[in-house]
Amino acid sequence: MTDPNLSATPQTLSTVPSKPSFWNDPQKRALVFQVLLVIGIGILLWFIFSNTLHNLEKRGIRTGFDFLSRPAGFGISQTLIPYTEASTFGRTFFVGLLNTLLVAGLGIIFATILGFAVGIARLSTNWLISRIALVFIETIRNIPPLLQILFWYRAILPLLPGPKDSMSLAELFYLHKRGLTIPAPLTEPAFVWTLWAVLGALVLAFLIARWAKYRRESTGQQFPVFWTVLVVIIGLPTLVFFLTGSPLNWDIPALRGFNFQGGLTVIPELTALLLALSIYTAAFIAEIVRSGIQSVYKGQTEAASALGLRPNRTLQLVVIPQAMRVIIPQLTSQYLNLTKNTSLGVAIGYPDLVNVFAGTTLNQTGQAVEIIFMTMLVYLVISLVISMFMNWYNKRMALVER
Amino acid sequence: MVAYVNTETLPSLPPPKGLQGPAAWMRQNLFSNWINGTITVVLVIGILAALIPFVNWAFIKADWVGTSRDDCTSGGACWVFVYVHFKLFMLGLYPEAETWRALLVGGILVLTLAGLMIKGVPLKKYIQIFALFFFPIVAYVLLSGGYFGLPHVETNFWGGLLLTLVIAIVGIVAAFPLGILLALGRRSSMPIVKAICVVFIEVWRGVPLITVLFMSSVMLPLFLPEGMEIDKLLRALVGITLFQAAYLAEVVRSGLQAIPKGQTEAANALGLTYWQGMYKVILPQALKIVIPGIVNSFIALFKDTSLVLIIGLFDLLATIQGAFSNPKWLGYAIEGYLFAALVYWIFCFGMSRYSQHVERSLKTTH
Repeated sequence: MTDPNLSATPQTLSTVPSKPSFWNDPQKRALVFQVLLVIGIGILLWFIFSNTLHNLEKRGIRTGFDFLSRPAGFGISQTLIPYTEASTFGRTFFVGLLNTLLVAGLGIIFATILGFAVGIARLSTNWLISRIALVFIETIRNIPPLLQILFWYRAILPLLPGPKDSMSLAELFYLHKRGLTIPAPLTEPAFVWTLWAVLGALVLAFLIARWAKYRRESTGQQFPVFWTVLVVIIGLPTLVFFLTGSPLNWDIPALRGFNFQGGLTVIPELTALLLALSIYTAAFIAEIVRSGIQSVYKGQTEAASALGLRPNRTLQLVVIPQAMRVIIPQLTSQYLNLTKNTSLGVAIGYPDLVNVFAGTTLNQTGQAVEIIFMTMLVYLVISLVISMFMNWYNKRMALVER
Repeated sequence: MVAYVNTETLPSLPPPKGLQGPAAWMRQNLFSNWINGTITVVLVIGILAALIPFVNWAFIKADWVGTSRDDCTSGGACWVFVYVHFKLFMLGLYPEAETWRALLVGGILVLTLAGLMIKGVPLKKYIQIFALFFFPIVAYVLLSGGYFGLPHVETNFWGGLLLTLVIAIVGIVAAFPLGILLALGRRSSMPIVKAICVVFIEVWRGVPLITVLFMSSVMLPLFLPEGMEIDKLLRALVGITLFQAAYLAEVVRSGLQAIPKGQTEAANALGLTYWQGMYKVILPQALKIVIPGIVNSFIALFKDTSLVLIIGLFDLLATIQGAFSNPKWLGYAIEGYLFAALVYWIFCFGMSRYSQHVERSLKTTH
């Protein structure tokens, strides 16, 4: 006997699922939603665009980037490339950009050194050292960077003596109200060979490291990479320097009347900005370093010493490589923050990009849209480059999991 | 064979010497070896050499109260400067007769925050709703006036700590909904929505706040139709809100990523729509995890509010700078900046402690 239900074809169920109504189909709904969104944003942008054009026209401001080739007509207190009042606004842009990059670069170096020192001090077994580091971190982190910059520039630097009775170190370095005066290098044409030697030494050092790693992996033999590389990097340029006849002289600053002649004067704005930003960022870097080192399990250190590694080898081969995996990504984002914070220099008149370009140039030409756009683009490019580096590094360093 | 069996309990030994007490603690933590000992001694001398003159200047020889700089006679810090300008630093040029309004807003703020933060306060849900939706309205009506017979106070009279707090709180509250939407958009499966959100977030996060403020003060008037004027404070607030929304979006996204996929699937299986599922299931869990992150980004915002002085608003830092640039009070920059630093520090340190406390209390795993 067969079950009629099994043999009979079901009448009520259709094999084709019923079509959902247009609005209930997630795919179509998503499409409609996105089209509406694009239209909405398009209308908003068009609204902004047409208003801007109208307003600019009413104020008699020409649009376009022609202004970049017009003469600027104002001086800048610190220029890394030749610049006069007759230079163009385009040149102003590069002067500002280089000044920004100068603070950012120097700040990154100082902040890293100070930050690592404080971070390691935080982990010291000496209670006093670790407390001092803690107080430093908690004080500095919780005070706005702008306040710190202004504090150094307007409260501390004016306390320094004037150029006449400046504090001097070995009659070479002078610290006074108007900045820090140091001997300036005067290079002869042959000095370029020394620079080439530095580059060559770096390439050579890289090749030595590659070869040593290859040999260690294939034969297991160690090679004193660190010392060899040190000798190459210091020795080669020094050798070339003396072979080409020491083509470098120093312009020693000397006091003439009320000011210094010769030498190189670091403007006080740069000093204040560097001090404040290095210290502020160092407090964050210290916390990153501390948490990075603490993130390496104690078992790793114990295992390393069980294998017979001496404490400094343990640090070098086991702890630091693992801590770096945690430290580097956060460190890069701190570098990025520091670079963005250099724009605070505008508050004390440091001639950075925001000050000379988005400030003075904007006031003189009135071309707000182009100038703000270019300024933002510069910072965007810097942050994109840094985050690309970060992604590349993360991919390289990520734990290879099975 | 003789066996010794002790029939009596031995008396307990005295504790090992040098493991307890302050002397032992110092030996372990300060003088564990001769290098550490030397460092400790040098540091103690250094700290004393720096601290004694500072304490002497800031407290012992300082002048505290008075009416003008002539009252600063002792050669130490002149806190008279802060004493005289205290109202200016707190409220800016807010009219004398209306001071009670600003103080009332401050009082309501403190009570609301206490209600939100202290455990075991009843009706917490209503306090939250009040804080998010009604407090901004109440505060605006009280501060700005123009309603209920309160005289109108222009925003250029708002200043000092009041303005700093207004910018910080408006920044975070207004950025919050936008930040959540951006975070949801960034995790959306719709490619165009996702692309728009990613671009928006990354652009704002990639530029410094000062360029955003320049943009909002210079370009915003160009964007609006002719004849539509918005005041300086509002322009700055628009810039700060958009900037902050991008940062909050990343914080919220980190919370959304921490919620297991099963939660979304369960919500779908129950027949909840996307928005119902988000509102009832995902967001309550995600936002709870990111409270410390939100507090941290609020701290960053609080510090960043000081940047508005560059576009000419009179926040705490700007009023202090204005006060010591006054010829009558020239030369008290250090006192002024130290006071500003102290105020910022109290707020930021307090909030970071609170965020750490929340983080610990949320940690339910071992």
